[in-house]
Amino acid sequence: MTALLTIIVLVLVAIAIWQMTKMFELSQTSTDDSQVANDSDNKLNGYLMFGFLVFIYLLTIFSFVQYGDVVLGTPASEHGSDYDNLMFISMALIFFVQIVTQALLHYFAYKYRGQKGKRALFYADNDRLEFIWTIIPVITLAGLILYGLYTWTTLMDVDPDEGDPIIVELYAQQFNWKARYAGEDNVLGEANVRLIEIDKNNVLGVDESDPYGQDDIVSQTELHLPVGRKVIFKMRSQDVLHSAYMPHFRAQMNCVPGMVTQFAFTPVITTEEMRADPDMLEKVQKINKLRAERSASGEDADPWQFDYVLLCNKICGSSHYNMQMKIVVEEEDEFNAWLEAQQTFGEQMAAAE
Amino acid sequence: MSTTAVNVPAEDHAHDHGHHHKEIFLTKYIFSQDHKMISKQYLITGLIMGFIGIAMSLLFRMQLAWPGESFKIFEVLLGKWAPEGVMDPNIYLALVTIHGTIMVFFVLTAGLSGTFSNLLIPLQIGARDMASGFLNMISYWLFFLSSVIMVLSLFVEAGPAAAGWTIYPPLSALPQAQPGSGMGMTLWLVSMAIFIASSLLGSLNYIVTVINLRTKGMSMTRLPLTIWAFFVTAIIGVVSFPVLLSAALLLIMDRSFGTSFFLSDIFIQGEVLHYQGGSPVLFEHLFWFLGHPEVYIVLLPALGITSEVIATNARKPIFGYRAMVASILAIAFLSTIVWGHHMFISGMNPFLGSVFTFTTLLIAIPSAVKAFNYITTLWKGNLQMNPAMLFSIGLVSTFITGGLTGIILGDSALDINVHDTYFVVAHFHLVMGISALYGLFAGVYHWFPKMFGRMMNKNLGYAHFWITAVCAYGVFFPMHFVGMAGVPRRYYTNTNFPMFDDLTDIQVVMTVFALIAGAAQLLFAWNFVYSIFYGKKATRNPWNSNTLEWTTPVEHIHGNWPGEIPHVHRWAYDYSKTKEDSDEYVIAGQDFVPQTVPLQENEEELNH
Repeated sequence: MTALLTIIVLVLVAIAIWQMTKMFELSQTSTDDSQVANDSDNKLNGYLMFGFLVFIYLLTIFSFVQYGDVVLGTPASEHGSDYDNLMFISMALIFFVQIVTQALLHYFAYKYRGQKGKRALFYADNDRLEFIWTIIPVITLAGLILYGLYTWTTLMDVDPDEGDPIIVELYAQQFNWKARYAGEDNVLGEANVRLIEIDKNNVLGVDESDPYGQDDIVSQTELHLPVGRKVIFKMRSQDVLHSAYMPHFRAQMNCVPGMVTQFAFTPVITTEEMRADPDMLEKVQKINKLRAERSASGEDADPWQFDYVLLCNKICGSSHYNMQMKIVVEEEDEFNAWLEAQQTFGEQMAAAE
Repeated sequence: MSTTAVNVPAEDHAHDHGHHHKEIFLTKYIFSQDHKMISKQYLITGLIMGFIGIAMSLLFRMQLAWPGESFKIFEVLLGKWAPEGVMDPNIYLALVTIHGTIMVFFVLTAGLSGTFSNLLIPLQIGARDMASGFLNMISYWLFFLSSVIMVLSLFVEAGPAAAGWTIYPPLSALPQAQPGSGMGMTLWLVSMAIFIASSLLGSLNYIVTVINLRTKGMSMTRLPLTIWAFFVTAIIGVVSFPVLLSAALLLIMDRSFGTSFFLSDIFIQGEVLHYQGGSPVLFEHLFWFLGHPEVYIVLLPALGITSEVIATNARKPIFGYRAMVASILAIAFLSTIVWGHHMFISGMNPFLGSVFTFTTLLIAIPSAVKAFNYITTLWKGNLQMNPAMLFSIGLVSTFITGGLTGIILGDSALDINVHDTYFVVAHFHLVMGISALYGLFAGVYHWFPKMFGRMMNKNLGYAHFWITAVCAYGVFFPMHFVGMAGVPRRYYTNTNFPMFDDLTDIQVVMTVFALIAGAAQLLFAWNFVYSIFYGKKATRNPWNSNTLEWTTPVEHIHGNWPGEIPHVHRWAYDYSKTKEDSDEYVIAGQDFVPQTVPLQENEEELNH
């Protein structure tokens, strides 16, 4: 099927090229062989420049209509709506500038296409014009910088005393994620890769002699988060660089061997609520239709149910593309119940003795 | 030799440079010290590397569109890395890595700046050759050697380097982390070390030549913008490339001699390694201290070429020459203090992130000025749509489209969620990849008559441009949406995330466009090779251009000008200039005034 498709595409391309060169050739006066553009070249390419402007606009419109719904939807964290706001403003600005400048560029290319005997205007300088188009970007960018930096500092200035945050460690290794909750005391026990004992299932290298570590809870399968409560993530990696990327929460931070990095956010929408989000419903429906088609043709594609997910977003080796962990955001009591059910690090070690 | 030569009588010169050297094949075509031959060597080596790099991208694009599908072509080209025609994840990463390395360094640094700096610096400033022909030759052969090593690394048993072109340790430092980090990475580092030496020799030569060997009358403010761009590019290279060399050396030490510059606290494959106290973030700083200026090392020569090509073909002076020079200088300066925007979420102090956001967004200002000046240069021109002109206009278009999304990525807050996604891939491919490639093509089409004495076929050139232009947008415009959907780059396949299932058809669209674009480059290759041998013979000044290179004879001679070196009396942009008291051209019947023409009667003198 694909082989056939490729052949068809190649044949079509060959025909297109043949036709285009033919078109260019026919449009030229037969005696002219200088290989320098003449009036008919200028005319044809000038029109094509205008056509190209139309193409750019159509491509933009087409992409928005066709692909507009694939982009991330409702943000699931408190700062997410600020983030999306800033993104929207920047995008609106960008599109405005893009539409205007591309129009000028290609329209001028079309309008002033060369003609024998026509004269260009000797126009070398205009200080006022240049001042204007230096100062406008300066002002616009100053605004954007200030807004951006405000958002950035509010987000990155993590204050552990503010509110009632829970501390969670995200631990990265080739090619999976683990999470460690700080437990009752809300303080993570000391840890180092040199203390890892695979036999005792101490995979995170938590210090057994550190009393703070005894009540820590390690989850190797899922990351559960309570809704409406700030979570401070402490990231570690045991081997290479990884990046903890939680796109639905507009959150990302690299995990660096040898140091602890951090990021904090407050989830505001539970997994259940997000599944009921109208955009999400539509997306899931669309995807499940595609998956149904695929499984009908014998592929392995079960129906999909939405879940938040933690991805690795820093190249980390052969299975980088499949380093993920499911995130469950739930009501605080559900979260507490889930946490209760887990073994603490102390219990785990005692059992391994 | 040529500094003093300016004052020597003409006959002596003709003798000195025209006939004295009996060249044998080896000294003329292989170990040549002539800048024109060296530039051709750079161009051809760069183009060959370019075809390898582009072919790689087509292979991994096919994998992305049809993940896990079996292709005969994979089996043929990748051998054991594509058992039964299905691409292996490790070779996918290797392809991505080597594609990036080759395109950024070997094609767009050496192939673009190496070719045109070598060709144009002596010719456009009026010099017999580079300041040191010998160093110039060494520079090329080091580049050739590094290319050979890079290509050889593809055939290493455990596979070539696969840690991404940014080769962040520990992934690149530990063979346990991925097979490509063994011998493949060693060869990568050796190749790049040699490449850096080559680049430094070249850059120093360019700087000295521009400063010392300008002909009489060629003041800095009369230099064509091409020369300004090459000159400043060389300075950026001298400032930043050594830092990459030190990063590479420290990485070699970590890998081979057990030091811990970049490594600490590592547990891999069941054992703890001895490394303690190093930091991968340090490597990121060193890498991007070159890596970001590198973007401008790639882009500035392309912009320089565009300035020259647009002015010549618009039959108008470039608008705002001084602002253009100031922008080049401002971009060069700012480019060395923005590297941290690649590291907003690397674990670096967030305060530093704020500083880098500030400097990064500043760089949008000179870039915007350049874009506006190009557009104004087109306004009321008499545009000659030669293929080089089309590529130059195309460059301005992609430079704007790609540059604008930089405003999002340069903003530390917004970077959080699009960092390392396809949004970034789309951004930099448009703004530096495609734009710089267009600059390269514009340069080749424009100066082909100067390099090979023949013309390239314009119709094939038109077809090449229009197919490439449509496909470049077809590949990279939809890619922004993939990034906004949260798809990370360097994923072998996205099928493990059902949330990305609705992107499959975009992937196919992008890949089909990429394949067509790749095929269109064959047109160029054919046109290039065919025209070298059978192209129509060029006239001395086919584009009616003002700059000095078009005053040299079509046949290359050692020393460039048969007689005395011409003197310069004006800037390079007196196109369509009219007399002060009438609307006649300064030289009757001709809409250009070459730089060698003295001020005419009734002509207004400009400040150049």
